[in-house]
Amino acid sequence: MGVRDWLGWPLFRQLGAGDPYGRGAAAKSSTSEHLTPRTQTAQKVVKSVCPYCAVGCGQNVYVSDDKVTQVEGDPDSPVSRGRLCPKGAASLQLTTGSARMHQVLHRRPNSTEWETLDLDTAMDMIADRVIATRRQGWQWEQNGVRTRRTMGIASLGGATLDNEENYLIKKLFTALGAVQIENQARV
Amino acid sequence: MATNSHALYGEADPATLGGYDEPPPRMGFFTDTSVCIGCKACEVACKEWNAIPEDGLVFTGMSYDNSEGLGADTWRHVAFIEQRKPLAMQDPGVQHEDVDVLALASQGSGTPPEQARITPTTPGEPGQMRWLMASDVCKHCTHAACLDVCPTGSLFRTEFGTVVVQEDICNGCGYCIPACPYGVIDQRQEDGRAWKCTLCYDRLSGGMEPACAKACPTDSIQFGPLDELRERARGRVDQLVEAGETGARLYGEDPHDGVGGDGAFFLLMDEPEVYGFPPDPVVTTRDLPAMWRCVGAAALTLAATAAASFAGAMFGRRP
Amino acid sequence: MAECHPVGFQWVMEAKARGATLIHVDPRFTRTSALADIHVPLRVGSDIAFIGGIINHVLQNEKYFREYLVTYTNAPTVLTEDYADTEDLDGVFSGLDPESRIYDFHTWQYEGTEVQAASGKRDKEYSDRVQGSSGVRQAGRGEAHGSGGAEVTAQITNDETLEHPRCVFQVLKRHYARYTPEVIEEICGVPQETFLRVCELLTSNSGRDRTSAFVYSVGWTQHTVGVQYIRSAAILQSLLGNIGRPGGGVLALRGHASIQGSTDIPTLFNLLPGYIPMPHAHSNEDLDAFITAEATRKGYWAEMRAYMVSLLKAWWGSAATPETDFCFDYLPRLTGSHSTYETVQSQLDGECKGYFLMGENPAVGSANAKMQRLGMANLDWLVVRDFSLTESATWWKDGPEIATGELHTEDIGTEVFFLPAAAHTEKDGSFTNTQRLLQWHHQAVEPAGDARSDLWFTYHLGRRIRHKLAGSIDERDFPILDLTWDYPTKGEIDEPEAESVLAEINGWGADGNPLTNYEQLNADGSTVCGCWIYCGVYTDGVNQAARRKPQVQQNWVATEWGWAWPANRRILYNRASADPEGNPWSERKALIWWDAEKAQWSGHDIPDYDKSKSPHYRPPDGAQGAEALSGLDPFIMQADGKAWLFVPAGLTDGPLPTHYEPQDSPVSNLLYTQQRNPVRQIQPHPNNRYQPSGEDPGTEVYPYVLTSYRLTEHHTAGGMSRWLPYLSELQPELFCEVSPELAAERNLEHLGWATVVTARGAIEARLLVTERMTPMTIQGRRTHHVGIPYHWGPNGYSTGDSFNDLSSISLDPNSHIQEVKALSCDIRPGRRPVGADRARLVHEYQQRAGITERTGTEV
Repeated sequence: MGVRDWLGWPLFRQLGAGDPYGRGAAAKSSTSEHLTPRTQTAQKVVKSVCPYCAVGCGQNVYVSDDKVTQVEGDPDSPVSRGRLCPKGAASLQLTTGSARMHQVLHRRPNSTEWETLDLDTAMDMIADRVIATRRQGWQWEQNGVRTRRTMGIASLGGATLDNEENYLIKKLFTALGAVQIENQARV
Repeated sequence: MATNSHALYGEADPATLGGYDEPPPRMGFFTDTSVCIGCKACEVACKEWNAIPEDGLVFTGMSYDNSEGLGADTWRHVAFIEQRKPLAMQDPGVQHEDVDVLALASQGSGTPPEQARITPTTPGEPGQMRWLMASDVCKHCTHAACLDVCPTGSLFRTEFGTVVVQEDICNGCGYCIPACPYGVIDQRQEDGRAWKCTLCYDRLSGGMEPACAKACPTDSIQFGPLDELRERARGRVDQLVEAGETGARLYGEDPHDGVGGDGAFFLLMDEPEVYGFPPDPVVTTRDLPAMWRCVGAAALTLAATAAASFAGAMFGRRP
Repeated sequence: MAECHPVGFQWVMEAKARGATLIHVDPRFTRTSALADIHVPLRVGSDIAFIGGIINHVLQNEKYFREYLVTYTNAPTVLTEDYADTEDLDGVFSGLDPESRIYDFHTWQYEGTEVQAASGKRDKEYSDRVQGSSGVRQAGRGEAHGSGGAEVTAQITNDETLEHPRCVFQVLKRHYARYTPEVIEEICGVPQETFLRVCELLTSNSGRDRTSAFVYSVGWTQHTVGVQYIRSAAILQSLLGNIGRPGGGVLALRGHASIQGSTDIPTLFNLLPGYIPMPHAHSNEDLDAFITAEATRKGYWAEMRAYMVSLLKAWWGSAATPETDFCFDYLPRLTGSHSTYETVQSQLDGECKGYFLMGENPAVGSANAKMQRLGMANLDWLVVRDFSLTESATWWKDGPEIATGELHTEDIGTEVFFLPAAAHTEKDGSFTNTQRLLQWHHQAVEPAGDARSDLWFTYHLGRRIRHKLAGSIDERDFPILDLTWDYPTKGEIDEPEAESVLAEINGWGADGNPLTNYEQLNADGSTVCGCWIYCGVYTDGVNQAARRKPQVQQNWVATEWGWAWPANRRILYNRASADPEGNPWSERKALIWWDAEKAQWSGHDIPDYDKSKSPHYRPPDGAQGAEALSGLDPFIMQADGKAWLFVPAGLTDGPLPTHYEPQDSPVSNLLYTQQRNPVRQIQPHPNNRYQPSGEDPGTEVYPYVLTSYRLTEHHTAGGMSRWLPYLSELQPELFCEVSPELAAERNLEHLGWATVVTARGAIEARLLVTERMTPMTIQGRRTHHVGIPYHWGPNGYSTGDSFNDLSSISLDPNSHIQEVKALSCDIRPGRRPVGADRARLVHEYQQRAGITERTGTEV
């Protein structure tokens, strides 16, 4: 049955009388009595799209106390009609699970271990390295023909990058003179 | 219908018997295995919604089934059945004319014939092949023995006619475990309490459909008023049989069966045993009214009946 | 499809419920086969032969859709006399230079004219079209035919009777004549009876009243002849009239949320946004020369200058003026392929020293994963941005080479930065799905800790670099300093406004207002547009990708959900859904049609066509661009407006698909002496050895066909699935699938361990013995497949060896995509050796097979 019909039902009376065996209404605990789906108490529902394959299933992201509490299929989507595969259905664990890293790590050359690093320092170090490596690998021409590029820097992106992210990556790296800008789309 | 029905066996409206005045229609699942693609979205959606613990990385070799069966931490389970049997409408294309099943079995690369519902090689016509998938779940029986035997009132019948364990009440006595004719309800080792599918009671209370049914990509799991589901299911069987799939049948849909019909029933493509279902499940507390007249004897009898039925459910094949 | 796109498969099931027949062609019996009407197992690597056989069947039995074929395809077009087919040259086409392994495509052209490709390798024509120094240019041979180029319709010779011996139709017929059912059986292992049943089902379900669709994924692209796989389907579907029509098409089911977007707005070396080619290095190349070389005369690619100038304006703003040649010179130039696989070689050579990985895990997911790791071990620095510590982040401490002793952590000088990435719920942005549909995902929460979006990372990295270079008078810094890089930011972490980036992608006019359609773009610098095919996604300043009108409130085309490029059209080339007169081919298959009363195209979808162009329109002499498209030219991006059965330009490896064996194959090419694609891309290296094939001595050392694939429960190289307990428990470790026959032959025990060996590596996997794997009879020999999913690696919650430690770098020469769907291997019972013995085992196999640096490198 469509969820719509289901939502359209009237609220039901749930009376405790007439439960001779004490296994129904009379047995219902007050916790059970007050159960509410967390999606219903969510502060907001945010429209999203599944990040796994390219079918592009619609997702509803439920947020409470600034935390994602549930991710479900969006029934409005003409692509997916509210359904999700096991990966899409695991989006909550993907985004809120304990496997997520939240700390920048740094491995010095020849070191055997990671060290932590603050984000600002890391960004500054990376910017310095880009500038230096770009110059090192700079190539005005090859075989007498103008190339105006650096062969020192390459990039390989996954295909879960947003269009806007790809756009900035292509724009920035091309302006830096890098040509080895690649993506999972090749792989 | 409900007024004449018996509380413990036969046709009945469980919510009315549970003391609910003007309850909503009885809600349930119709799992149409003929369109199941074995994606396991139901398993994951169930776990995400109900925050069920992950329960181990075990490579079973039973086709693509690594969840093995329903349990305290698996409330939806997709079975995968590879067999040398045809589907009427399918040309499987495989060529296995020379396979000696028995020789393979002795080598360790075949399935002993007595376990032939799984994989990898089963007796049958070479070149025939079918890969059945089916998502199993608690049946939410009309006459639920687990509920009958629960001494604490943790298990209860909801207004939707479903059977739910109340975790704030369950004391982990475990009586319900052997009572289930399907071997569904199970004790979680970590906390000792009994757990099983609630048919997403919290979601139902909020007017939402259960998580597994919502996720199911091909609508193999359908949720709705049981009456409507039964009607739709019968139509689907007719359609399949007409198309030549003569093995298609419903399981658990009959209100006159041993559990008074299931709130969660199935369309199967073959005998229930193929999928690991007991062929003739009977509510293990069928004789309870008699017992109540003789309470002293009841506990012992009950335990014995339950144990026998459970064994039947787990290993039951037609004699 | 059920395996990898389960939710998309609901539509297949719906079609099936309405009576559609589902044919699944796949070496393995998968979850898709389980629901199919017919499963056709065929040997991996033989699809061109299989589809070629159907094409031959269609041609021989006149099962094509003649009216569609004659009017909408290049079937009637006459080719040059110089063209020689694989029929004439035993498996190669005219123009092959075996020394350089390059085809000169000139003999593949139409008679009396020269057309440019709408995509692919357009730069090949550069020297024809642009000669001499800047300012003194003349088009090549095309110049002889009229002003400024060759693509004048009048010059194309057509024979609508399809009888001219050099017309495409006849060439096709001859080319495919040897793809008989008997030969198909020998090559593919598909019984003739099954093959003919497929032919019958497909042809009887195509025509005016019915259409059939082809759905493929990387099982078709990941070959040394991958592009020609797709071409085969394109030919067949064009013959049957199944393109541009509802229920038709050749549909790529792409495997990542925005992999389509990643090619549209490419982070790919050879493309600029909107499929404008990256310039190759040529003497004195300027914008004019580039456009002369790359644009077409007819169709919408004739407007390439407008697209390109608008892009240059988007990037370099006020610095991009006619005086500065719109900063065309700021673009770096290509000198051949710079794909990710050349990058690996460049890393090993010490040229490429800095590497960004943004949500990608090549240490598991790219071909020859060992080469990937060794390349990274030779860098100065590496930046990994991901959710978790993937194998690409930690290879220096726990990679397989550390275990074998081939690398020592203390000796690896690579500096590694790991930066945690934000999830889709933590940022705004758009994905482009597999049907070109842009859908916006809204930010739900702020990313925690140091996690940031790639938008944030790229923007702030650029900001810092620009700050550090500010004031530089070094010419090479000008493109960075002149770059428009001033996006508004929001919140505590200064996240760039993704919608402002979308606005730039969409573009604006001289008045600063958002553009609504790419036809508004100008070549004079008055318009700005970051990606011309996305122009219109921000119409009226409204984010069209965020539109979410519920599906039940609109028609089946659902044009008010998200936004599809181009111009929100949902089925490409849909002019072909109507007959030459503009009427639907049938009521059943109506999509758009010519409304004579209103003098416009209308229908369920948005026309992928000039809305007011009558079917009776014929271009005046000398017409160019869109104006040169007649009322009978549905394929508006093509230089002749037609679907190309025969490809006169744009492909590196031939104008027609031809069956070649994979790089590593235990089978000889039955059709030609030519064993492999003669211009496939190979990268010989001590760690990338190839295997003997066919009748070569040593082939028997790797006797089994090996293929790789995905499972429903996991995702690509595992970064988004192997770390998740709920997915890991469903498929908890690496396994390989073999038939019971192969199990018996090699003493493999169900649930036991197997070691799989190729010339590149040895991995171990648990065994799943299953009759879903079927032996096939290929050229009289019993042939077995070994199937291995490629998701696993040593890190994460669910672990296992990596399939890509077995694969080689051998690429399709058009797309530079690796051949990981068809290889050959040996399989043996038991676990693989550990430590140095693992490398020793691989070496021992190489020696036994007599492998040298030349093995498999023959033309």
